[in-house]
Amino acid sequence: MAITDNTPIISVKNLTKRFTPKICALNDCNLDIYKGQVVVIVGPSGSGKSTLLRSLNLLEVPTEGEIIFDGVNIADKNVDINLHRQRMGMVFQHFNLFPHMTVMENLTLAPTKVKNMPLEEAKALARELLKKVGLADREDAYPIQLSGGQKQRIAIVRALCMQPDVMLFDEPTSALDPEMVGEVLQVMKDLAAENMTMVVVTHEMGFAREVGERVIFMDGGHILEDKAPQEFFTNPEHPRLQLFLSKVL
Amino acid sequence: MTPVVLSTFGTMVRTMFDFSFLPGYLPYFTQGVAYTLLLALGAVLIAIIPALGLALMRLSKNKFINIIAGGYIAIFRSTPLYVQLSIIYLGVFSMIKIPTFYIFGFVNIAMFIPGIISLALNSAAYVAEIIRGGILAVDQGQGEAARSLGLTQGQSMRYVVLPQAIKNILPSLANELITMIKESSLCGAIGMYELMWAAKTVGGATFLTMSPYLLAAAVYFCINFPAGKIIELLERRMRRGDHR
Repeated sequence: MAITDNTPIISVKNLTKRFTPKICALNDCNLDIYKGQVVVIVGPSGSGKSTLLRSLNLLEVPTEGEIIFDGVNIADKNVDINLHRQRMGMVFQHFNLFPHMTVMENLTLAPTKVKNMPLEEAKALARELLKKVGLADREDAYPIQLSGGQKQRIAIVRALCMQPDVMLFDEPTSALDPEMVGEVLQVMKDLAAENMTMVVVTHEMGFAREVGERVIFMDGGHILEDKAPQEFFTNPEHPRLQLFLSKVL
Repeated sequence: MTPVVLSTFGTMVRTMFDFSFLPGYLPYFTQGVAYTLLLALGAVLIAIIPALGLALMRLSKNKFINIIAGGYIAIFRSTPLYVQLSIIYLGVFSMIKIPTFYIFGFVNIAMFIPGIISLALNSAAYVAEIIRGGILAVDQGQGEAARSLGLTQGQSMRYVVLPQAIKNILPSLANELITMIKESSLCGAIGMYELMWAAKTVGGATFLTMSPYLLAAAVYFCINFPAGKIIELLERRMRRGDHR
């Protein structure tokens, strides 16, 4: 396990999210994430795992509860969420690259507009990161010209260009052809090896076991299990998790 | 009996297609077309900026702002243009005097400005809904991705959502222009020298009840039908490059 700080970088307290009074996507969730940790969240569809992840950067606004990011409760309405989102990169299932911009424009938009970084500096940073994911030659391409795996690697680089403290992944490989899953997971593994704090919602049990430091199981808006992967997969306690694992493994 | 009826019918057909007024009255029509196009094009162009504002207001989460824009749009879409023209052109602008001044030699701004403003106010309501629809048609993930990078809502709209929405908006906007070319004929009814006014005036002067209007109809058709076809073509072409 990586060395972890004493104070969590993200602390979720009594988080509840209701879409309607009856539909409760998250029910009193508590979770501490420490610097450098790779936390993997698994669970069946509709279990609330994506909602939990999207709550962390307030793409979903919580109904109740607190999300403390680096000491600040970002669920508070008076907090400028844009400042905190800069420090949390997010990668989406469907990539969400900006189709009207080239790869380079996708990568430099936020650094130049949000951080006011000079364009040349932003480009240099983008090129360096592109090289890392093996796409240095595609900076002038439009998203339509890329494969799914390439798009997702670009999307990861786009988030990294903001030099975030935390990276959030919302089913990053679910929309990919099986052949392309590996290249995206490899980028994520490299990122984990660099000690990036990561929260990953995924169906890739192999990734959870290999890269995760903690695996969290959710169902019905509850966090049911939160363990090291070895324990999680070999010794599941909750019957719902046992059932889940018997079906997916 | 029969020969009389036949001759009346013959006269009718003859007067229907009697375009002998053309040499004398042609300028009425050419200036009328120009006036119509100026009105319609000007009105839609002027409408775009307020329409964008209205659309953004309609998309706002602030109920108050939302209701104001919604109210404006509802009023202008639910009352006839002719009534709006009468209220604004005849009513409001009877209190605001604009000096008589001719542009292009035949467009009197004292009439043209009230007319174009009336049309633009009406058009803004429709264009607002076109823009709103265009924005909503952009994948929600685009805005989310922009926001997740720390862009403000305004930046996300400006750099990410609107540039993509334009593709959805342009064809409908062009269709709105065609609608406006037709609707602006109502301006003739309140005395502006556009195409329909030309037809009416020539009809009155020559006692021809059909041919001037047929000519006007033909001119409207020759503008709008090809324009509609061109829009369709461009729309199809834009769709082709869409699957990203």
